[in-house]
Amino acid sequence: MGKRSDVTRSAFAPGRWVRVRGDGASGHVRTPSYVRGKNGRIVKCHGSFRNPEERAYFRDGLPRKRLYLVAFETKELWGKIVEVKNDCVFVDIYEHWLEEVE
Amino acid sequence: MAQTRTQVVDAHMPTDHELPYYARRIYAIRDLLLDKGVLEAEDIKREIDYIERRSPANGARLVARAWTDEEFKQRLLHDPKTACAEMGIDASGMNEFVVLENTQRVRHVVVCTLCSCYPRAILGRPPDWYKSVNYRKRAVVEPRAVMREFGQEVGDEIEVRVVDSTADIRYLVLPQRPQGTDRMTEQELSRLVTRDSLIGVSDIDASSDASRSEEPF
Repeated sequence: MGKRSDVTRSAFAPGRWVRVRGDGASGHVRTPSYVRGKNGRIVKCHGSFRNPEERAYFRDGLPRKRLYLVAFETKELWGKIVEVKNDCVFVDIYEHWLEEVE
Repeated sequence: MAQTRTQVVDAHMPTDHELPYYARRIYAIRDLLLDKGVLEAEDIKREIDYIERRSPANGARLVARAWTDEEFKQRLLHDPKTACAEMGIDASGMNEFVVLENTQRVRHVVVCTLCSCYPRAILGRPPDWYKSVNYRKRAVVEPRAVMREFGQEVGDEIEVRVVDSTADIRYLVLPQRPQGTDRMTEQELSRLVTRDSLIGVSDIDASSDASRSEEPF
């Protein structure tokens, strides 16, 4: 489950645009495939939690990682097949899956 | 030697060949865990009792109180575990939970596309349909079609927010108070609040009845 080492960085502010890493990590991951490579907006930071992707393998999940609620427009996720273009899907995503976009 | 409770209960279980495959499998796993001393019968009983003590009635009481007490509603939205404790609801089993307020402009629907995360510590067991692949894949793609199947039509001017609980946060919907309920007591209001409205797929009105309107599972 090769992972690059994570560097401490400042939190994403609400309203910031972010992109979900497109590269697929294997093993126990909680970032669903339908948001990989997609752009969304930070709604809020829930706080920091032990990383469940590590805890699934009986590791302690430290250091804690920030968990963000990220809003994706349905048109970004599904394109033309959406019912109404103003709907959103909100997903909880850990900071090490997110990159800033301008 | 006196029979253990498990033996007494098992005497009333259907015989093996009558059970579906997954039921046979889970009982085999349970028996192995007991035989190997990983679990005691008491551990299993305690977990079953814990989840059975929880029900959508807890969510209904929170909602009814929020509808009638604005300060409580703010506490529910900003510090939900404290608000639960005030109402004698033990939410300590959850890491965090967040209450999603429906308004004139926004309706929420909760799903766990990865598995079946649900605020069990408050509401107890989720319905079978919530755990189904059908719900989990359709809720994030066509929420309005799913809501329509539950009898809820949502106008284009309203934003639907599907919340996918992919991590340790559990979500509860705070539905809007229906019209024509001004004279109801808090207890009468709580009887309107269905489990499905706390998930967000259903709407409620002044004639809703949480005790009869939905399949138990």
